Amino acid sequence: MSCCNDYTRSAALRAVAGRGLPAIEPGMPLPAGTGMDRRGFLLRSAGLALSVYGAGRIAGGALEEGIAMAASTGPAPVLVSIFLSGGIDGLNVLAPFEDPTYLSLRPTLKVSGGTTFSEDPRLMWHPAASALAGLHGAGKVSVMPAVGYTHPNQSHFTSRHFWEVGALDVQARTGWLGRYLDRVGQPNNAIQGLSLQGQLSPTLATTNVAVAATSSADSYRFESPGVWDDRIEDAMAASFGRLGTLPSTNPILGQANQAQANAAILSSQLDTLPPPGAGAAYPDNDLATRLESLARMLGAGLPIRCATMDAAGGYDTHSSQKTDFEDGLKATSDAVAAFQADLETRGLAERVLVHLWSEFGRRPEENGSAGTDHGAAGVGFLVGTRAAGTMIGEHPGLGTLDEEGNLPATADFRSLYCSLLEDWLGTEAEGIVPGASALARYAVVK
Amino acid sequence: MVRSDQPLVERMTLVWHDWFATSNEDVGNAALMIEQNQLLRANALGSFETLALEVTKNPAMLLFLSGVENHKDGPNENYGRELMELFTLGADRGAYSEADVRELARALTGWDADWDDDAGYVNFRFDPERHDTGVKTLWAGSGHAQTGTFDWQDAVRLCLHHPMHAEFFVRKLWSYFVPTPPPDATRASLESLYVSSGFQIRPIVEAILAHPDLYAADAPMVKPPVVYTAGLLRARQRGIDVSYWSWLGDGAGQLLFHPPNVAGWNDNGWLDTSTIKGRWDVAWYALHPDMPDGESYSTTETPAEALAKALAHWGHPTLGAATVAELQHFAETALPAVLASWEQSWLRAMRQTALRHLIATCPEFQTS
Repeated sequence: MSCCNDYTRSAALRAVAGRGLPAIEPGMPLPAGTGMDRRGFLLRSAGLALSVYGAGRIAGGALEEGIAMAASTGPAPVLVSIFLSGGIDGLNVLAPFEDPTYLSLRPTLKVSGGTTFSEDPRLMWHPAASALAGLHGAGKVSVMPAVGYTHPNQSHFTSRHFWEVGALDVQARTGWLGRYLDRVGQPNNAIQGLSLQGQLSPTLATTNVAVAATSSADSYRFESPGVWDDRIEDAMAASFGRLGTLPSTNPILGQANQAQANAAILSSQLDTLPPPGAGAAYPDNDLATRLESLARMLGAGLPIRCATMDAAGGYDTHSSQKTDFEDGLKATSDAVAAFQADLETRGLAERVLVHLWSEFGRRPEENGSAGTDHGAAGVGFLVGTRAAGTMIGEHPGLGTLDEEGNLPATADFRSLYCSLLEDWLGTEAEGIVPGASALARYAVVK
Repeated sequence: MVRSDQPLVERMTLVWHDWFATSNEDVGNAALMIEQNQLLRANALGSFETLALEVTKNPAMLLFLSGVENHKDGPNENYGRELMELFTLGADRGAYSEADVRELARALTGWDADWDDDAGYVNFRFDPERHDTGVKTLWAGSGHAQTGTFDWQDAVRLCLHHPMHAEFFVRKLWSYFVPTPPPDATRASLESLYVSSGFQIRPIVEAILAHPDLYAADAPMVKPPVVYTAGLLRARQRGIDVSYWSWLGDGAGQLLFHPPNVAGWNDNGWLDTSTIKGRWDVAWYALHPDMPDGESYSTTETPAEALAKALAHWGHPTLGAATVAELQHFAETALPAVLASWEQSWLRAMRQTALRHLIATCPEFQTS
C-alpha cells in the first residue's frame, strides 16, 4: 500500500530528456552484428587486443573498430549509478537514535538494534544495512548523510529529473552521464553507457554517441521460430540491422530506426558473455542479478563506462514503512556488497565505483499511517575500493529543520557530480555540470 | 481491444489506465483492478468530473495512493499531491504550492476500509469520523484562492475549476493522439469547448480525431506495446487464446495493471534496445502457431512470391519503398546459392518465417 514504487518522472519531462539516442546516419559504418557469426568474437580484457572469430563477412570492420577504439584507450573507470526509487528515508538508514527529537518525531518508526556509525556516533545504521555498514568499516563506503539541494522540488518526477540531468533545469534533454559520454565516448560503442533496467535511463541520454539498455545480458538474441540455419539467421540479423539504418526525415520514425539499429549492435556485443556463476555469491533479487551480469560484462572486457539501474525495493514509504523499507534496504545493501566482493575476486575493484542515490529524503515527522511523506535532504553512498571512505557533508541533526519541517542538505548533488567527473572519471566538470566553476568539490576517492 | 467492436472505447480505457495509473504491484488484488478497469471503461467518453470523482473513491486507487490511510489525525499527502500533479493540473506550472498539497490532503481525509484475512481489504467507505471538518484554504495568494470546509468531492471540483486545469487536460489528452502539441488557436477552442460542456470527454476526443494534424503523414506515433500486440492478433484474426501476452507485454514495456508508477507509462519512450527485443518476442509468439512447415513447404517459391506471401500474412501493412526494397533484398539473398535437395523446402520455410518476423518488427510497422 505504499503508493507509487519505481518512479520514473512525468511524461512531459521524459518527452525531452529521453530523446537522447543519436541518429545513425546513412554513410556511417554499418551497425555491428551484420554478417557476424553467432559465436562471433571474443573480447579479452579491456586494453588488450580484440580477437574476432568467424566474422568473415563483416563490412568495413565497424564493430571491431568501435570496440577496439574504446578498448585501446586503456581500461576506463566505471561508474555504476543505482537509483533508490521513491525518495529514501535517510533517517531510517542512519538514525539519530538517542536524539529526543527523533524519538518524539518517530514514535512508531524509530530504528533500534543496529551498529553505531563510526564517523558520527550520534547515528546508528539500520540493521538491514549491515552489509553496507560492514563495507564502511572496511573503508569502502563514503556516506552522504544529508545530500540534495536547497528547497528541493517534492515531485518525484521533477526532482528525479534534476538528479538525472545534473541541474535544476526542467528543460534539460541530456543526462549528466550522457554528456560525459558525449565527451569521452565512441559513436559506435553502444554499451559504453548501459542501462540494465530495461528502459534507457535518462541519466545516460546523450546527444552524439550511442548508449543502450537491456534488462538481461543472457537472452539478448533475435531468433525466429523454426529458423535454425546459420545462413538464414545471419542474413536475417543483417537485414534487421539494415532496416534500422534506413533514412528517415521523420523524428519519430527516426527514433524507431535508431532503437532497432542499436539493438542490432548490442545483440552482437552481448553475445560474447561467459556463462554466469564464476564470481561471488549473490543474494536472490533483481538488483543482484543485474549487478552480477554487469560484473560478467566487465570481466569479459566489454568497454562499459557507465551503467545505471534501480535499487531493490521502493522507498516511497507513505505507509507501512517498517517492513517495506527493511526488505528493500537489505536486498540492496546485500547485492551491492556481493558485487563489491565479486569485483575484488575478479581484480576489477580498483576500476569501479558505485553511486547510490534517491530523488529526495522524507519528512522527519512521521505521518499518521506509520509512514513518512516527501521531505528534503536524503541519504546517498559511494561504494568501492577507491571510495574515499569518509563522510561527504555531515548530519545536520534535527534541531535545524527548514520551514516545511524538513532536513536541510549539507552536500549538493551537483558538487558531487563535479567531484566524480574530475576525480574519478578524469574530465573537467565544466561543460558537463552547468555552473561547475561555482560549485564546491568533495573528496570522493582515495 | 483484440475482439471489441468498440475500439475507441477500449483505446480510451487504456488512456485512462495510463492517466490514472494504478498498479496491482501495490494494490495486490486483481478483482479490485478489474473493478477499476470497468469504471474507466464505463466513463471512458463521459464526464471527466464524474471520472475523477469515481477514481478518487475507487478502492484500488484508495489503496494505491494511500487514500484509506489519510485521516484527520494523520494526513497522508500521497493522493492529494498526485491528484494535482498528474491527474488535473500538472507539475512545474505554478498551479499549486506545497501548502496546497497539505491543504488538499486534509480535504481528502475520511476514507477507510477493513482488512479481512481471506478477502484482503473490504468495506471501503467514507467515515465522517476520520474526516477533517476544519476550514482549508487552497491556492492561497493567487487571484483564485478558495476557503471552506472542503471534503473529497470539493477537492476534486476545486482542481477541475482551477483556471489551469483545462489547458492541462487538453494538452494531455491531445498528446495521446498527436505527437506535436496543438496549435494555440486549436487548444484555446478545445479548452472552451471542454469547460462549456461541463468537462465532457467525448466532444474533445471527437474534435481531436477530426483534426487534420492527426492525419499528417509526417507525424506517426509509436504504437504502445498493447496496441501493437492487439494489431498483430487482429491481423491474424486471432483472439486472446493464451496467457503469455501479459508477460510478453512486460518485456515490451507495458504490462497491463502494472504501470511503472503513478505517472503511467512513458508514452514517448516506447522503443529502446530493450523493448525492441520485447516486441521481437511478441512477434515470435504471434508467428509461432502458423509457422510454415519445412517438411512440406514449396521448393520453388521465388523471392517475390515469398515477400508477397509474407506481406499478405499481416494483412498488407503500409510500408515505404525503402523498407520494401530491403525486404526484397533479404528475400533475394537469404538462401545460399547452392541448395541441397532437402534444403529446398526447409530453407524456403525459414526464409518465409524470417520475412514475416522482419515485417512485423520493422520500424514502420511499429508506428502508425
